[in-house]
Amino acid sequence: MKIHEYQAKELLGARGIPVPRGIMVQSEGQATEAARKLIEETGNQVVVVKSQIHAGGRGKGTFREHPGLRGVSVIKDGPEAVGEVAHQMLGSTLVTVQTGEAGKQVNQLYIEAGVDIARELYLAVLLDRSVGRNLVMASTEGGMDIERVAEETPEKILREVIDPAIGLAAFQANALGWGLGLEGEVHKSFVRFITRLTEVARELDTDLVEINPLVVTGSGEVIALDGKMAFDDNALFRHPDVAEMRDESEEDPAEIEAKSKGLSYIKLDGNIGCMVNGAGLAMSTMDIIKHFGGEPANFLDVGGGATAEQVAAAIRIITADANVKGILVNIFGGIMRCDTIAAGIISGVKEVGLPVPMVVRLEGTNVDLGKKMLDDSGLNLITAADMKDGAQKIVEMTR
Amino acid sequence: MSILVDKDTRLIVQGLGKTGRFHAELSIAYGTNVVGAVHPSRGGEIEAFDGGVKVPIFRTVEEAMAATEANASVVFVPPAGAADAIMEAAAAGMPLIVTITEGVPVADMVIAKRYLEGKPVRLIGPNCPGVITPDQCRIGIMPGYIHQPGKIGVVSRSGTLTYEAVYQLTRLGLGQTTAVGIGGDPVNGTNFVDVLALFNDDPATEGVIMIGEIGGTAEEDAADYVAKHMRKPVAGFIAGTTAPPGRRMGHAGAIVSGGKGTAQAKIEAMTAAGINLAPTPTDMGQAMLEALG
Repeated sequence: MKIHEYQAKELLGARGIPVPRGIMVQSEGQATEAARKLIEETGNQVVVVKSQIHAGGRGKGTFREHPGLRGVSVIKDGPEAVGEVAHQMLGSTLVTVQTGEAGKQVNQLYIEAGVDIARELYLAVLLDRSVGRNLVMASTEGGMDIERVAEETPEKILREVIDPAIGLAAFQANALGWGLGLEGEVHKSFVRFITRLTEVARELDTDLVEINPLVVTGSGEVIALDGKMAFDDNALFRHPDVAEMRDESEEDPAEIEAKSKGLSYIKLDGNIGCMVNGAGLAMSTMDIIKHFGGEPANFLDVGGGATAEQVAAAIRIITADANVKGILVNIFGGIMRCDTIAAGIISGVKEVGLPVPMVVRLEGTNVDLGKKMLDDSGLNLITAADMKDGAQKIVEMTR
Repeated sequence: MSILVDKDTRLIVQGLGKTGRFHAELSIAYGTNVVGAVHPSRGGEIEAFDGGVKVPIFRTVEEAMAATEANASVVFVPPAGAADAIMEAAAAGMPLIVTITEGVPVADMVIAKRYLEGKPVRLIGPNCPGVITPDQCRIGIMPGYIHQPGKIGVVSRSGTLTYEAVYQLTRLGLGQTTAVGIGGDPVNGTNFVDVLALFNDDPATEGVIMIGEIGGTAEEDAADYVAKHMRKPVAGFIAGTTAPPGRRMGHAGAIVSGGKGTAQAKIEAMTAAGINLAPTPTDMGQAMLEALG
């Protein structure tokens, strides 16, 4: 699960990690008021207006409705000017390298006190799958796209793997600080920062904490200028406060509905809907459609079986996508018998109707009976001999 | 011959919820020697399964091992307690721990994996279909009837894709020595390389099918092992060529992030290592047949 920058900074700030002073706002009036308050408190005329969407590249992104305006704006002309910028940003569509051309509507802004930047660094805590442990990544190349740094100048990325029984050891934190060229009091501040950050990552079960940039201020303070956090969905049960931060407006409504029905669904751009049991088989069903020249419209895993309720929900979700011109059902009936699955498909289809052709590939126990039930159902269902046959048929029918 | 499990495997079940009980019953029906179960609040009771098999329930894995001489455990404990169940089994010295549970927090697995280091135990999973040696021992949730004793080893990160491969091998008459699901989570116990090494040393295994998917670099590591050490033909398949980056495709570990873990990189590494990749999942058995020559 992803959260917004302002939420990440709230979590980090509450746990003793230095973040700039900031206020989340949802209207022009609130923005003006927030700016006034920040200027008063800090005595700093510089205020930053930051669009809050779940996508990176906000600083360089631009608004479709206001091509000259960036997703992050530095304002030096007082609270009224902040209000004006907020007025333009709120409700507008921000397009960044990560949103794709469709962009994302901005509904929230983070109004933040300006920071006197002396150096920009990069810092992240994430899982290193190859060793099954968390890893700290740090770089002098703050504010840059870290993937590009990794590709072009890999020597500029420092790494320390965390032993879960110990946590980040002091010598590791020290080495990272020196590696970044930090000395004296700044080095000490950095060591405190990264040590605490790794503790927070563990406490909150994060998938990723990324501070880009981590800033050294003119007065030597080490502070998180940006903050990105993503959480392990499987661990949210022990963090109800974090779970409450979910912003459903950032997610696809169909994906939310699917989840509530116990289906794993991801929308794609093609025109062939897929309904499959098992994640690996669902992925390879998309692949085989592409292999035969079609384009998959979605990933959909119905889990272990395919009950009438699940099939009905899946058809509703798949066909709500106007691009879908046909559906490929691919079920390997393992424990569950194919006749049971066929009955589920038939009653699910009868319940919601079938506006597009559906090819069904069934395999497993009682497969012949299952196929016969589908053929005799009088519904617009075409059975396939195997996965390849099913993919070819649906690609042909949707061409 | 086979790897990991056979007719001498003595299995205990950790977690007797609906799924655990259901699959324990199927394993017994398949001929697996289920010798006990562990449930913290039901110690001393007897679980009666269909077919008249009665199994004693113990409070701890240690008690179960002492009483039954079990040498394998299957974990069906719900996500919040699964890692603890794994560590409990490891502490008791259980040589093989097969964890089926899906949805274990990553941080819990990081700790469990650390706890297992240096202990003479092997963890399979979590989030996997289990391990089966046809007609001898079934540990997990796979449909037993699609398997047939034979000469091909199967190792996979995906459940249903394993069943596809197994069924194709059965229909082609090649059969399986052992089929191992290593699971779809980002942090797991046993990886491709470990299983490939076991198949490499198993005289009955004449070839191996390995089925990978997007996310991580386990397939690349496996390709490296195959190129350097494998003495047997390997066929394979990678799922997720069309998966969009940054999205988790059902499995917690099936995600392309930061440009890492793409299907393309895995396909290139495996092809370079001489692994015969099937163009579609329908062709996995055929790819094995070709690789056998």
